[in-house]
Amino acid sequence: MSLPSETAIALPPAPPSSVAPRRSGWRPADTSPLAVLSAVRGSSVATELRAEEINAWFGDHKVLDRVSLTMPTGQVSALIGPSGCGKSTFLRILNRMHELVPAASMSGRVMLGDQDIYAADQRVTSARRRIGMVFQKPNPFPAMSIYENAISALDLTGVRADRVVKDFLVEDSLRKASLWEEVRHRLHQPAGGLSGGQQQRLCIARAMAISPDVLLMDEPCSALDPTSTRRVEDTIGELRGQVTIVIVTHNMQQAARVSDRCAFFLAAQGQPGVIVEQGPTDDMFGSPRDQRTRDYVEGRFG
Amino acid sequence: MTEGAVEEQVDQPRKIKLVRDLPDKLFRGVASAGGVTVLLIMLLVGTFLAIKAAPALHQAGFSFFTTQAWNPDGRHFGVAALLVGTVLIALVAVTIAVPLSTATALYITEYAPRRMKTILIGVIDLMAAIPSVVYGLWGFFFLESRLAPVAAWIAQHFGWIPIFKVKGVDGHQPISSLTLFTSSTLIAGLVVGMMITPVITSIMREVFSQVPVGEREAALGLGGTKAGVIRTVVLPFGKGGMIGGTMLGLGRALGETIAVYMIISPVFTIQPHILQSGAISVSSLIALQFAESNSFGLSALMAAGLTLFLITLLINFAASSVVARSRSGASS
Repeated sequence: MSLPSETAIALPPAPPSSVAPRRSGWRPADTSPLAVLSAVRGSSVATELRAEEINAWFGDHKVLDRVSLTMPTGQVSALIGPSGCGKSTFLRILNRMHELVPAASMSGRVMLGDQDIYAADQRVTSARRRIGMVFQKPNPFPAMSIYENAISALDLTGVRADRVVKDFLVEDSLRKASLWEEVRHRLHQPAGGLSGGQQQRLCIARAMAISPDVLLMDEPCSALDPTSTRRVEDTIGELRGQVTIVIVTHNMQQAARVSDRCAFFLAAQGQPGVIVEQGPTDDMFGSPRDQRTRDYVEGRFG
Repeated sequence: MTEGAVEEQVDQPRKIKLVRDLPDKLFRGVASAGGVTVLLIMLLVGTFLAIKAAPALHQAGFSFFTTQAWNPDGRHFGVAALLVGTVLIALVAVTIAVPLSTATALYITEYAPRRMKTILIGVIDLMAAIPSVVYGLWGFFFLESRLAPVAAWIAQHFGWIPIFKVKGVDGHQPISSLTLFTSSTLIAGLVVGMMITPVITSIMREVFSQVPVGEREAALGLGGTKAGVIRTVVLPFGKGGMIGGTMLGLGRALGETIAVYMIISPVFTIQPHILQSGAISVSSLIALQFAESNSFGLSALMAAGLTLFLITLLINFAASSVVARSRSGASS
């Protein structure tokens, strides 16, 4: 059902020593093309993401209860479960978007490699740079062209780059998002003119342009038609191995098609969400241990 | 034959007749009446001004727009100095109010904690509610004496920039008297700037708060700093509203009467040195002179008023078309 596990073996080696220092400074002292490129892209490696004992609240209302999940390097992890069980909240905790909501709070740790992104010495912006996000509704910047959108992260994080570097990053990121061939002749047209699916892939390109270690996707296809959905799923397949992917989806077939591992979230009436079962996608769909998982993946509730 | 007729009808757009219910008719009537009344009032004001202004305009001809003097009894008058003075005061006001408003609006929408937000919004609404005569008093009795030394300092050090030049100040001699710097365009403009700040702030705050959450989150999710989000998302989205707000503020600044009237000492030649004592504006001139004018003098004042009316109208139209065309104007 899921893709063969060779993909995990095909990963580029991840030298952990080169990961930490390259992000700490971020602003390259030297603005020559090569220096900027290496600062932006560095030794791009997918990194393991590990959530430990995550609790989350909105005000007094607890929505997640001691959720722990390991999202292995370069693999696609799918978070499945009925609406309102805390999947999206969990996803937003993984790159510190949760704290944007007033009165939202959390506890626990989110380990990127061996670093807790919630540690006191960690900048929220650097966590979000390393852990990119694609949202439910395609949200390219409408005032910008396709080209500007693809490299908008540079501007947002205050990195200056010259034309050569930008051109390279635009093509590279659009290729990663399987969008290059469709837009290469209209890079300077507004992004709003693209179809929904193209916009969503542009958002993926935009996130990939700064070579994140992890890419989070919050129901990325729920606003798309089946053809566009297929293209985005293919793109996810292409990115496997280059980046650790975590995807929230309501679509069981999609979870089965794209993911290596699955985690099934469930919240009983009035209770905070928990992970009922997690494991390799094949096992989750083929031989779930928990009756509730079986019912859900077979479409009997939710 | 009949079939042919039917086919012909099918090929043409069908006429649709709309039958309205009584409540709908009533409502429509009341709403339309409101809209028509507003148009009518504007038309009446314009026509009234035009009719009353006709004798003076007829007498002066085109020289009305080029003459730098105001002596209707001597048949020597024109709006050249008045318009320049009005525009200068308004420009000073806008130059001060726009950065202040932008910063305030950004602080309220982006940075302020919730309680501070509520307080600030209230204070700004209050600021808009203060009568202009009170601003005039404050400007005249408080601000002027404190601003004159500042103006003197600017004149002494930046007098080489034409608009900061003040006659009798050359940068080397000590300044003889601060009265050179009172009742100036700068002080009038500053006070008017305070008065238009709330309007501009409110409009900017409104558009900044309408920035779609999706775009904001997209920018934050890419690791954007607050400043980055403001630069790449908030300001581009709010651009239309910022321009529109500025134009509305400018429109108000052009027409501001009492506060300016209280502060300036009128001059009737073009006075481009904003720090120097002596300034003028169309509306303050009207307030100054209408009580003691004969009918021809009044006609001249009406002509000046008409000019201002048309300019303000033009600016407001420009503002609304800019706002309508921008994204922030349309709720996308």
